[in-house]
Amino acid sequence: MAQYLLRRLLIAIPSLLGISVILFTVLALAPGDPFEELATNPAIPPEVRLALRASLGIDDPVHIRYFRWLTSMLQGEWGFSFVSRVDVDQLILQRLPVTLIVIGSSQILALAIALPVGIMAATRPYSIFDQVANTLAFVGFSLPTFFTGLLLIMLFSIHLDWLPFVYRAQIDATGWQWWWEHIKQSIMPITVLGLFQGAAWTRFVRSAVLDVVRLDYVTTARAKGIPERRVINRHVVRNALIPVVTLVALQMPAVFGGAIVTEQIFRVPGIGSLLISAVLANDTPVIMAVTFVFACLVIFFNLLADVIYGWLDPRISYS
Amino acid sequence: MGEDDLRQMIGRVKNGSLSRRGFMRRMAAVGLTAPMATQLLAIAGAGSAQAQGSVPAYRPTRRGGGGQLKVLYWQASTLLNPHFAVGTTNQDASRVFYEPLAGWAADGTLHPVLAAEIPSIENGGLSADGRSVTWKLKRGVKWHDGQDFSADDVIFNWEYSRNPAVAAVTSGSYRDVNAVKVDDHTVRVEFAQPTPFWADAFVAATGQLIPKHLFQAFNGANSRDAPTNLRPVGTGAYRFVSFLPGDTLRAELNPNYHMNNRPFFDTLEVKGGGDAVSAARAVLQTGDFDYAWNLQVEDELLKRLEAANRGRVNIVESGGIEFVQLNCTDPNREIDGERSHISTQHPAFSDPAVRQAMALLIDRNALEQFIYGRGGPATANFLNNPPRFTSRNMRWEFNIARANEILDAAGWVRGRDGIRAKNNVRLRFIYQTSVNAPRQRTQAVYKQAAQRAGIDLELKSVTASVFFSSDVANPDTFTKFYADMQMYTTTMPQADPQRFMNQYVSWELSTRANSWQGRNIVRWRNDEYDAAFRAAESEIDPVKRAALFIRMNDLIVGSNHIIPLVKRPTVSGSVNNLRHVLSGWDGTFWALQDWWRET
Repeated sequence: MAQYLLRRLLIAIPSLLGISVILFTVLALAPGDPFEELATNPAIPPEVRLALRASLGIDDPVHIRYFRWLTSMLQGEWGFSFVSRVDVDQLILQRLPVTLIVIGSSQILALAIALPVGIMAATRPYSIFDQVANTLAFVGFSLPTFFTGLLLIMLFSIHLDWLPFVYRAQIDATGWQWWWEHIKQSIMPITVLGLFQGAAWTRFVRSAVLDVVRLDYVTTARAKGIPERRVINRHVVRNALIPVVTLVALQMPAVFGGAIVTEQIFRVPGIGSLLISAVLANDTPVIMAVTFVFACLVIFFNLLADVIYGWLDPRISYS
Repeated sequence: MGEDDLRQMIGRVKNGSLSRRGFMRRMAAVGLTAPMATQLLAIAGAGSAQAQGSVPAYRPTRRGGGGQLKVLYWQASTLLNPHFAVGTTNQDASRVFYEPLAGWAADGTLHPVLAAEIPSIENGGLSADGRSVTWKLKRGVKWHDGQDFSADDVIFNWEYSRNPAVAAVTSGSYRDVNAVKVDDHTVRVEFAQPTPFWADAFVAATGQLIPKHLFQAFNGANSRDAPTNLRPVGTGAYRFVSFLPGDTLRAELNPNYHMNNRPFFDTLEVKGGGDAVSAARAVLQTGDFDYAWNLQVEDELLKRLEAANRGRVNIVESGGIEFVQLNCTDPNREIDGERSHISTQHPAFSDPAVRQAMALLIDRNALEQFIYGRGGPATANFLNNPPRFTSRNMRWEFNIARANEILDAAGWVRGRDGIRAKNNVRLRFIYQTSVNAPRQRTQAVYKQAAQRAGIDLELKSVTASVFFSSDVANPDTFTKFYADMQMYTTTMPQADPQRFMNQYVSWELSTRANSWQGRNIVRWRNDEYDAAFRAAESEIDPVKRAALFIRMNDLIVGSNHIIPLVKRPTVSGSVNNLRHVLSGWDGTFWALQDWWRET
């Protein structure tokens, strides 16, 4: 086991390096620079912009910039944003709580929908409930979040005027009022993300349970006279959930990565919106840091999923 | 009425033999509007220098008590040091806390903020030779931390901004001037040449003043480390509470503000991010926010949102203009590895008849009515504002029949495919612009009309981030102009046209030699224009100078190498009871201290 872990970690190093090289080259090839807005402003002479570029080292060749970035990254220095001149790690940390709360709750919501609905649908295949659940799941993951987001805004904010559609990270109120305001403004983004994810997971849970429920050992358990509830909970779901757990584990990096589109629609100051504004502003250090952290998380959770898999399913061994 | 008559009358107003009202009446009689007449008086030094009525009256009779003011920007601010502010969002965010000596009011006149008065020849602030301007500072102004504001702070900003190690964005306004401290409350700005446009350093967005005592340790390569970059200490009406870069900025009333009864609001929140359409909704339709910045949204939608009767759309005049350029050089011939080389001539556009026909083929009325709405009034001028610089000599016309006549007369004959040609030159042009819905619709309108005159336009649209970039390696940037025609908006950041009209002087040609950084992108050259611009650069007499700029406008527009389409005023939204003071020549928050709410 330890040997397996070590081998996996060693493999991770070249993949991370490869990822960083690709990211950096793509960013370097992309047109534009962070001082684009200055270019169309006649009050700012072009020399000023060139001096700014030089002061941030944007004019150096790509490979020199890459190695400069790599060495400082290895020393734990993430660099600073060209646009806000703030250290990147600070920018990311500022955004982390909101991201975790909003995206995390949406994942919990998705699980809370997907598990019971998926299991119920699989245990009564082709019943009315299954048909309805299936149809809704299809609708759910066919509708992109930007569409459902706008739909909810139109309905709950504009027509009914119940919920605000501009997320405010800092709210003046205290006590219950504070909680209430936060819940009110989080309902829509969490619902949009949760329903979308939940719909996809429902389909997955259903098919996983369906696979298991037909196996002989389940028939045996039923033949032994074990109550149906117990058969499902103890014997079916436990085995069916092994692939689901992996899937959820692989989804975890997304919790940190935020949700770009939904954050943009509801103005949630999460990591996704940090990434998209950095991309739009050509703010290389921020894009690099966010995407690289994301890459690390993906690799880490992949590994974690593999390890958990072995632990859940004794048939898989790593020695 | 000639320049001499005007001058005589202004003189009579000055010495009192003609009343201001009498002057206005006479001006109206010859067709000059009242604002224009006021402008004439003001620039000739006969109006009070801080033109009356350029800022609406402030009614509240005590400081505070106004509750919260919530402002929505669809672009979020990222830092709060005005000297590093790339773009208007950051300049505006800094403006909440920092103030300049003076700001530009909506009518293009200066309005004092930290200055005790606007310098003029009468009050001795302006030297007669135009080589220096003396600013008297307001007394009793305190920074938010209680320290006194003085001339040392002003001088420090000059040193800080021009220091190359600081790499300040504002350095263009400071590096060529000299700032001298006269006494604790007087500063003199000196110029090497006579400078009629003296109101740049220490004025408006680039003139926001930061405190010396908090920044002097960071006047160098360590400028990024100053903690005050993100926790500003200024002189403004609101002081800092918290800031999340790229998201929210919060401020509270400054109890020691230097203007009476101001500010009105107790707290201020500026939320950033999202998109323009939902920002418009949040103000006009639901009233969740009080003010939304820069609503680049189709006018039809804005009108629908306004129907909710909660808010209104503010259209503020500025100098922005959407226009078409007809390349003077040949984009298809390569000389020394450079297309659109200045030694070449455009095969078709070198014929004035073709240019004239092109100018007749765009229906500006349709653009205004069906595409831009209130956000784009049709215009015949390149230089549209402030009114004192507006030419009355230019007209625009949409006339396909006349375009055909002109082309026929000039010998451009329709070929079998309906496209005109002459000496193997076909009237087939590549027409490029950035990807942007109204621009693509304009392209289509133009193409249709041109087709009816035997001109074929090939439409090309380039992603904005490429089109407007300065990437030397990319052939599709607007500064390279490797196309026959192109269209975009150019903005006018100050109420003075000098930096705006340098777009057509011969020493600003955009070429490979200057990495296409030159401002003359259409590559037009004209000796009379050059001479007029040189003269305007040092002409101290405001009336003569205005006449020079009007002449420049007539020259470039008359050449038809530039086809102005629509003006682009700034569009914003606010709730009905908010009383704000906006200006197209300065940032949104240039007069934030004067904002209040009617109840």
